[in-house]
Amino acid sequence: MSKYLLNKFLYTIDRDAELVERYREDPAGTVAWWELEYANKILNSHEAEASTWLSFEPDERAALAEQDHVRLFELGAHPFLTLTLFIALFERDNTEPLEYQKAYGQRLSHFTLPYPDIST
Amino acid sequence: MATIAAVIASTHHPFYYKASTAPPEERPPFADAWVEKILAFRETLTRARPDVLVMVGSDHFHQLWLDNMPQFLVGKAPFYDANWANEEREFGLPRLLLRGQEDLSSHILRGGLDAGFDLAFSNELRIDHSITCPIITLRPEADLPIVPIYTNIFAPPLPQPKRFVALGRAIRELVESWPSDLRVAIIGTGHLSLELGGPRQFGPHGPDPEFDRKAVEWIANGDIERSLAEVSLDSLWNPGNATHGFMDFMLMMGVAGEGAKADHVDSLDLFHTMEAYFTWYPEGVPA
Repeated sequence: MSKYLLNKFLYTIDRDAELVERYREDPAGTVAWWELEYANKILNSHEAEASTWLSFEPDERAALAEQDHVRLFELGAHPFLTLTLFIALFERDNTEPLEYQKAYGQRLSHFTLPYPDIST
Repeated sequence: MATIAAVIASTHHPFYYKASTAPPEERPPFADAWVEKILAFRETLTRARPDVLVMVGSDHFHQLWLDNMPQFLVGKAPFYDANWANEEREFGLPRLLLRGQEDLSSHILRGGLDAGFDLAFSNELRIDHSITCPIITLRPEADLPIVPIYTNIFAPPLPQPKRFVALGRAIRELVESWPSDLRVAIIGTGHLSLELGGPRQFGPHGPDPEFDRKAVEWIANGDIERSLAEVSLDSLWNPGNATHGFMDFMLMMGVAGEGAKADHVDSLDLFHTMEAYFTWYPEGVPA
């Protein structure tokens, strides 16, 4: 299980406007590309000094490919990262203010305290 | 030695900028009441005639990331660019450039290390809305040099609440021992009960109004002892999954001092979270 890598995906997609659009248009393809090309980049380092050991578990890969924010919450992805990226992906479809944000919370309503652990 | 012109603690709500600057037809119904409270709050800083601002906040996974995560970090740079693309996108926040006060940064770093706080530092720091929101609310001219101090309230494992209080006390002593004739305001922002990315987010109030009521009372009365007795890293998950931001208020209570009653206390019950504003004048209320 790699909460860290889930978070790294959410973080690196969110901060790149082109990747946000790419993930909106082609979720599964973007996740596959990212795992191959991006997952092992050390963000503050040269390409040649990448890591060699990072990959998703199957259910993590599926949650990202299906843009399933409920499953991401359950897996312990950082809720702030998930929320921020998903707002970027879907708020534009709102027909009233905060519509997406409220529905997002509603879809998580079956969770009770304590929530899944987000420690990495 | 430097004078502490004011100690200020506040929530940092990224929606304020848009709510207060939107054209009338897009202005949310709560904007006028909010602006009125912010203008009164701003006056508490203006009256203190500060020359320098020490700004305590928390990076929201912008520059600080999980491959290299400091617990407490002091900026030491001549300038700080501010706000990030996702804050522009989601909140409409403007880009800013703030000057740094490097001499005070050095003094806090050296003195903090010697006092037992192994502070990280940054010589190139782009700051985010935890620091720019209070600039926008309290000093929109953005004309004073700053010392940014970041705390980790975001990525567990986190420091204990008592360490936030202790760091606040240390910051107070360090500013007071800075050999300068300048007037320093120490400003920090955090949260009351808050939920982000969980089932209780974006409700009609903050997720835990009872916690908010108690928290405002602790802060307003400087009741550090009670807040430390009632709050722990585990308990802070209960009022809302982002409520560890309350520890930045605890840091500011440490700056203000045990039993220090705030000279200005205000709050605003908004949807999603409660806003709260506090100002202390250690040298007495300015004329």
